[in-house]
Amino acid sequence: MEASAIPTAWLAGLSAPGGVLLVVPLILPVVGLLLGLLLGGRRLGPFVFVLLSAGLAAAVVVAAAVVTGGEPMLYQLGGWSPPLGVALKADGLSVVLLLTSAVVTLGVAVYAQRDFRPPGARETRGSLAFWMLLLGVWAGLNTVALGQDLFTLFVALELLTFSAVPLVSLDGRAETLAAALRYLLFALLGSVLYLLGAVLLYGAYGTLDIGLLAVQIAAAHALPPSVLAAAALMTVGLMAKTALVPLHLWLPPAHAGAPPAASAILSALVVKGSFFLLLRIWFDLIPGLLDLPAAQALGVLGAAAILLGNLMALQQARLKLLVAYSTVAQIGYLFLIFPLAGTTSGPTWALSAGTLQVVSHALAKGSLFLAAGLIAKALGHDRIRDLAGVGRVLPITLLASGVAGLSLVGIQPSGGYLVKAALQGAAEAGGTWWWGLVLDAGGLLTAAYLLWFIGHALSGHGPHPATAKAPGRAQELVALALALGSLLLGLLPAQVFELISVGRVPPPEPIATAWAGAFHWGSLAAGLLPLLVVAVLVLAFGPWGGRRRPGPLGWPAVGAAGLGSAVGWLDARLRCWPVAGFSLLALVLTLGVGFAFGARACVT
Amino acid sequence: MTSALAVDAVLALLIFGLALWINAARTAYGAALGFMAYGLLLALVWVRLAAVDVALTEVALGAGLTGFLLLGAAARLAPDASFDAVGVSGKGSRFLIALLCAVVAVGLAAVVLVLPDPAPTLAPLVHANLARTGVGNPVTGVLMAHRAVDTLLETLVLIPALIGIWSLSSDPDWGGRPGSLPDLSSNGPLTLLAQVLPPFGILVAIHLVWVGAEDPGGKFQGAAVLAAMWVLVLVAGLGRAPRVTSQASRLLLVLGPLVFVGIGIAGVWLAGAFLAYPEEWAKPLILAIEAALTLSVALVLGLLLAGPPVADGGGVEPRP
Repeated sequence: MEASAIPTAWLAGLSAPGGVLLVVPLILPVVGLLLGLLLGGRRLGPFVFVLLSAGLAAAVVVAAAVVTGGEPMLYQLGGWSPPLGVALKADGLSVVLLLTSAVVTLGVAVYAQRDFRPPGARETRGSLAFWMLLLGVWAGLNTVALGQDLFTLFVALELLTFSAVPLVSLDGRAETLAAALRYLLFALLGSVLYLLGAVLLYGAYGTLDIGLLAVQIAAAHALPPSVLAAAALMTVGLMAKTALVPLHLWLPPAHAGAPPAASAILSALVVKGSFFLLLRIWFDLIPGLLDLPAAQALGVLGAAAILLGNLMALQQARLKLLVAYSTVAQIGYLFLIFPLAGTTSGPTWALSAGTLQVVSHALAKGSLFLAAGLIAKALGHDRIRDLAGVGRVLPITLLASGVAGLSLVGIQPSGGYLVKAALQGAAEAGGTWWWGLVLDAGGLLTAAYLLWFIGHALSGHGPHPATAKAPGRAQELVALALALGSLLLGLLPAQVFELISVGRVPPPEPIATAWAGAFHWGSLAAGLLPLLVVAVLVLAFGPWGGRRRPGPLGWPAVGAAGLGSAVGWLDARLRCWPVAGFSLLALVLTLGVGFAFGARACVT
Repeated sequence: MTSALAVDAVLALLIFGLALWINAARTAYGAALGFMAYGLLLALVWVRLAAVDVALTEVALGAGLTGFLLLGAAARLAPDASFDAVGVSGKGSRFLIALLCAVVAVGLAAVVLVLPDPAPTLAPLVHANLARTGVGNPVTGVLMAHRAVDTLLETLVLIPALIGIWSLSSDPDWGGRPGSLPDLSSNGPLTLLAQVLPPFGILVAIHLVWVGAEDPGGKFQGAAVLAAMWVLVLVAGLGRAPRVTSQASRLLLVLGPLVFVGIGIAGVWLAGAFLAYPEEWAKPLILAIEAALTLSVALVLGLLLAGPPVADGGGVEPRP
C-alpha cells in the first residue's frame, strides 16, 4: 500500500481503539431508526443526512484501520467469544460494502431531501416511511458487512427485506402494492431456505460462527451431505433475494412503480446485500464448493441473466423498466465469478473482480435510476420514444446517464471496464473463453439500448417539452457524482484494489496483474470499434419515431422482431408464480445433487 | 417408554395430516383455522422436546398472533370463496410443484438422519457460563447475554415492519388511528370479557417476564399476552389505538430498544465490551431491559394487528 502520501501516524492512531470501532457502523443506523421515529416530520430528512455523513466517516475510519493494519479487525460482542458469543469482523470485503453502502445511501439521501420533505409542518406518510426504511436498509447492509455469525446475518437479511419491500409501494397505487407483495413473498421464501441451511450447519457442527465452521468444514476429508444440502439451500435462497434469472420475477414490477430514490437503493444496494452473503458462503465458509462442477451452473445462470436481461431491456418502452432489466443483466456479471474463481484452474482474482462489480454497478445504477427519475418527473412520463428534447432541458441529467452508461457497457477507464478486463483475463487464462464471449455480447447489447435511450433524448425532433417541474440542481449533481464515481473507479491506482483481499487466506493473485497493459489506445480502439458498429446499426435500423420507415425492413428486422417476442415470451413465462416456484425447487435439487456428485468425484 | 413413543407417533401423524389438510383446504378461512391448530400441535412437539420456551413462543406468536392476522386477512378477502374460483395455477403445475416439494422434503429428511449423533451442542458451554449472566434460565442467558445482538436486531426489525404496515394507508389518512380491527362493541359478552380478563392477563404477562429469568418464559411471551389483552380491549370498543403520529406511543415503541442500546453502549466502558454487563449488575440490567422490551414489543404487536391508520370517521364498518 502506497501510504507515503498519507499521514500514517494519524491513520495508525485511528486504529488504536481496535475492534470496538466496528460497533460504530453497526449502531449508528440502529440509533437513527429509534430516534428518527421520535423526531418524525420535517426534521427527519436532514437528520438522516447528518447520520449518513457520520456513517460515511465511520466507514472511512474502519477502512483506514483495516488498510493500515493489513489484517481483518475482529470484535467479540458482549465479550463472549464464538461459538458461545457473536463476533463482528471487518475484512477487505466488509470494508468495500460498508463504504459503498454509505456513499450510495448518502447520495440518495441528498437526492431525496426534495422529494420526501413534507410540504407543510405536518408529517406525511411518504416522508416518514421513506426515511425510516432508508435507515432500515442501511442498518441491514452494515450488519451484513460486519456479521460473522450465520444467524446474525439472517436477522440482517430480514432487516434488509422488511425495509426494502415497503419502499416498493410508497406510491400507494394498487399495482405497486401487488409488486411489493410479490417481492415480500418471494424474498421470504429465500429467507426460509437460507435459515434451513443455517440450521443444518448448526446441527452438523454446533456453531454458527463462519470462521469456526470454515475450519471444521475444511478439516473434513470430504464435504458431508449436511454441508452440501445447506450450501444448496442457502445459495438458492440468496439467489432468489438477489433476483438472479430465473428467480427474477419480483424485480421488474418492483421497479416499475417505485419512487426513483427507492429504485436506486433497491438496485444498487439491496440485491448486493444478499449477493454479499453468497460471497461469504462460497469464498469464506465452504471454499471447496468453487472446485465442484456445480459452480459452473451459477455461471450459466449468470450468462443467461446477461443475455435475457439485456435483450429484455432492449425492447422496453419505459425508461424505468429499461434500467430495471439492465439490473437483471448486471446481476448476471456477479455470478460469472463463481466458475472463474476455482483454485485449480487459472488465476484467483475473480473474487476481486466480482467485488469491484458490486461497487461499480452500485454507483452506475444508482445514478441511472436517479437520472431516470428526474427525466420522468420533468416530462410527466418516461416513454423512451417520446423523450425528444430532454437533452436540452436536463443536460446534466443526460450527461450523468451517459457517463453511468459507459461504466455499464464497460468502456475504459470505467469501473465496468476493469471488471470486464479482469473477468476476461481469468477466462482466457483458465481456457474458458466462452465466458468472455458472454461478456462481449452483454457489453454490445447494453450499448445498444443505452444508445437507443440517449439517442431519443438527444434528438431535437418533437416539441420542446414543457417542464412541469424543474429538478433540483442538487438532485442532478448527485446523479452526476455517482456516475463519475463509477467512471473514475478505473483511474484509481491498481494497488487500491488489493484492499479487497485483506484477510483472504491464501492471498489471491494481485488483481493489478489482470490489468497490466489493459489501458492503452489500442485496446480502447479495439473496444470502441464494435460499439461504433452497434451505434450505426441502432441508428440505421432502430424504429426512430421521426422517420419510421414504411414497409418491412427485410430479414434483420423480421429476425429481430421474432427474437424479441420469443425472449419476451420466455421472460413472461419465467416470471409467473408457478414457474418461478418450480425453478426455485428445481434449482435446490439440481445444486444439491450436483454438489453431491461433484464431491464424490473429488474424493475418488 | 412405549406410551411416550405412541404419543409422539400420534402427534407426528396428526401434524403431517393437518399440514396436508391445510394445503388441500378449499377456503382461506379453513386454511387459517387449520394453521392455528397446526401451531398448537407444533407447540406440543416442542414440549415433548423439552423446549418449553419455544413452545410458549409458538403458541403465543405462531398460533395466536399469526393465526389472528390470517383470520383477519381471510375475513377481508372473501372468506368462504373457494381457491379454485380465485384462479390459482392449473392442476398440472400444482402437481409438479407438489412433487418437487416432496422430493426436497425427503432429501432434507435424509440429510437430517445422517447428522452426527449425538448432535454437537453448545448447551454445556451455555450452562458453564450461565452464572456470569446472573440469570438461571439458559434461554434468557443466550438471548440477553451471549447473543444479545441478535435479540436487539430482532426487536429492531419490528419497527420497519410496523412502518411498512403504516405505509399502506393513504396520504389523507396519515395522522389517523389504526383501523383494521373489527369493532364488536355491541357484543355484550365480549365487552364483559374485555373488562374481566385484562387484569388477569396483565398479571400473567408480568409473571411470564419475571420468571423468564429463572424458568421458561420471557419478554416475547409476556408481550404477546399483553398485546392480546390490549387487542381484546380495542375490539370490544373499550379503548382506542393511538394515532400513528402520537408522540407518547412512539416513545413507548422505541423505549425498549433504546434502553437495550443504551445499556449496551455503557457496557463498552463499564464492562469492557458493547452489550456486556458488569458482572454484579448483570441480572438487574437484564431484567430492566426485559421489562422495557416487553412494553415496546407488546405495543408493536398490538399495532401490527391494528393495521394501517384511517382518518377519523373511516375504518372497518361496525358489524351488526
